[in-house]
Amino acid sequence: MAMMTIAEALRQAIREEMRRDPRVFCIGEDIGIPGGFGGAFTVTLGLSEEFGHERILDTPISETGLIGVAIGAAMAGLRPIADVQYGDFLFCAMDQIANQAAKMTYMSGGTVKVPIVIRAPVGATGRGAQHAQSLEAFFTHIPGLKVVAPATAYDAKGLLKSAVRDDNPVIIFEHKLLYGSKGPRAERGALSPVGEVPEEEYLVPIGKGIIRREGRDVTIIGKLLTVYRALEAAELLAKEGIEAEVIDPRTLVPLDKELILDSVRKTGRLVIVEEDNYTGGWGADVAAMVAAEAFFWLDAPIVRVSAPDTPPPFSPPMEQFYVPSAERVVQAVKSIL
Amino acid sequence: MSGSEIPLLQLYRTMLTIRRFEERCNYLFMQGRIPSTLHLYIGQEAVAAGVCAHLRRDDYLFSTHRPHGHAIAKGVEPRAIMAELYGKRTGCCKGKGGSMHVGDVRVGMFPAVAIVGANAPLAAGAALAAKWLDKDRVSVCFFGEGAANEGAVHEAMNMAAIWDLPVVYVCENNLYAASTPFSKAFKIQNVADRAAAYGMPGVVVDGNDVEAVYRVAGEAIARARRREGPTLIEAKTYRLCGHSRSDPRTYRSREEEEEWAKRDPIPRLAGRLKELGLATDETLASIEQEVQALIDEAVRFAEESPLPEPEETLQHVFWTEEG
Ligand SMILES: Cc1ncc(C[n+]2csc(CCOP(=O)(O)OP(=O)(O)O)c2C)c(N)n1
Repeated sequence: MAMMTIAEALRQAIREEMRRDPRVFCIGEDIGIPGGFGGAFTVTLGLSEEFGHERILDTPISETGLIGVAIGAAMAGLRPIADVQYGDFLFCAMDQIANQAAKMTYMSGGTVKVPIVIRAPVGATGRGAQHAQSLEAFFTHIPGLKVVAPATAYDAKGLLKSAVRDDNPVIIFEHKLLYGSKGPRAERGALSPVGEVPEEEYLVPIGKGIIRREGRDVTIIGKLLTVYRALEAAELLAKEGIEAEVIDPRTLVPLDKELILDSVRKTGRLVIVEEDNYTGGWGADVAAMVAAEAFFWLDAPIVRVSAPDTPPPFSPPMEQFYVPSAERVVQAVKSIL
Repeated sequence: MSGSEIPLLQLYRTMLTIRRFEERCNYLFMQGRIPSTLHLYIGQEAVAAGVCAHLRRDDYLFSTHRPHGHAIAKGVEPRAIMAELYGKRTGCCKGKGGSMHVGDVRVGMFPAVAIVGANAPLAAGAALAAKWLDKDRVSVCFFGEGAANEGAVHEAMNMAAIWDLPVVYVCENNLYAASTPFSKAFKIQNVADRAAAYGMPGVVVDGNDVEAVYRVAGEAIARARRREGPTLIEAKTYRLCGHSRSDPRTYRSREEEEEWAKRDPIPRLAGRLKELGLATDETLASIEQEVQALIDEAVRFAEESPLPEPEETLQHVFWTEEG
């Protein structure tokens, strides 16, 4: 076992997949410039030395172009890992993702595949409205895209490797406060979980969630950073004798419904925590699914904890208000006990 | 236009204000007084000053993730910018925007846009409105050479050209987009060469020579005021600082930086002022003092201003008459 940050685990996954398959390559802005940053959060740092600049392909600032080129390359036999520096810039490339990548297989009657991975950092880190959004719901809404959201180093590595081998477009959301990027790219206030990663090869299957903590009184679902907020809340609740079960879905599409439903059937209560805005958030869909499929097991209304329906504000006190805290999760749980 | 017709002292004051403001920001950031990140404008001051000197309060300005210099040159109060960087309620965006979105619509500067290249269509749109609604109001869009490779920029410039919009595109080519050198992102030598493809005049200017910038911008802005169409200006310059927060700048050489430091637009203008007999060392020293006092006051204001209440997050999602 090695101890790694998420940034290191992702880098390791990319390295292994690039060694395994010569068709795998990275494409993005500032990812391989000598003396540069290795991407906005150091994930590709040092890779151009091993793989060269053809396979760690630096692009101009052209998101539509670089995502589109990656999609075209995927359609014609390569296996790109494309990245944007901040998830917010995916909006620039939205046509390529939503109309092209997501629909090619369908429009072709199942004859064209698009094995692309798109990596996108999300989450609020004091940079204001255009560098902070949690965008998962925009993408879970589009049929034809798989969406993953790893919260630990183990999952980051295993899921990225599975994503590279998947024959469909996979978007991988990464939380900026979880990377553990070092040096000048370190983030203030980061959680930077360091986790155990096996030396030997392993994959984490797309579509399988995990129970991070067992409990019988209430189920709390978090994703990315809010997994940790949920765990903190569970810790606080335990002191008061309330046993919360914390679920990390890891993959948002396809969702591990059974894991969630089994837990709710056991606890009878559900709180969903995410950093996205409330209206139309991913959690709304999970709540609807549980209401439809486990209604008779529920002992209380499903409660959602999220950011309010505002853009991410800049000023720290407002940003703290915006982002869900462990305390808010505790309150939500208590409101349904 | 000869040297004496250019308001060189005024330009000097603007440039020095920007420089001292940015240096102080950097210091305050290092001290942990300013949160988040900063993209400083050190080295590029001649561009903002030379262009904005031609703008009226009611002309439109669109800026980028590196906006402090543009804001100061356009007349946004330094104290309101500083307070915004601190995340204070008295900031020019009430703490909602932060460094990358400073602006003040009362002096014609919309909130700066941090999506690279996304301001170019907005600037064309404001020019479209100005063409309909106003006699001679113009719109100016600053962007980096990195931004020039965004589709939005190409689309905007093409529309600006076909509709003869009163907009001036000012590309500040500081040779690096984050870590990416110009040569890695362009097959051509000059961004301004692309103007021909859109069908508008394209001009290359030494962006560290404020007199040259002033002249070129004056012509382009006058042309836009006369409703003769857009211009693309490329100002060749260099940021004498990192891209953002603690950028170690290992993607470029110290020799190159030293070369450019010799072309620092501020000492260069100081020398020119003395050469033309427009200023003595004493004049320059007194400008320095005035500027320092202005920055001191801006910092004091920012330090003493209140932070917003957390619930203020919920305000301003939609526009209301009350603001
Ligand atoms: C659409 C988009 N892509 C990428 C970024 C990240 N980013 C911020 S500044 C920057 C470099 C911009 O270079 P340039 O336009 O030349 O302006 P400069 O920073 O040199 O002033 C990049 C890549 C962004 N903010 N928006």
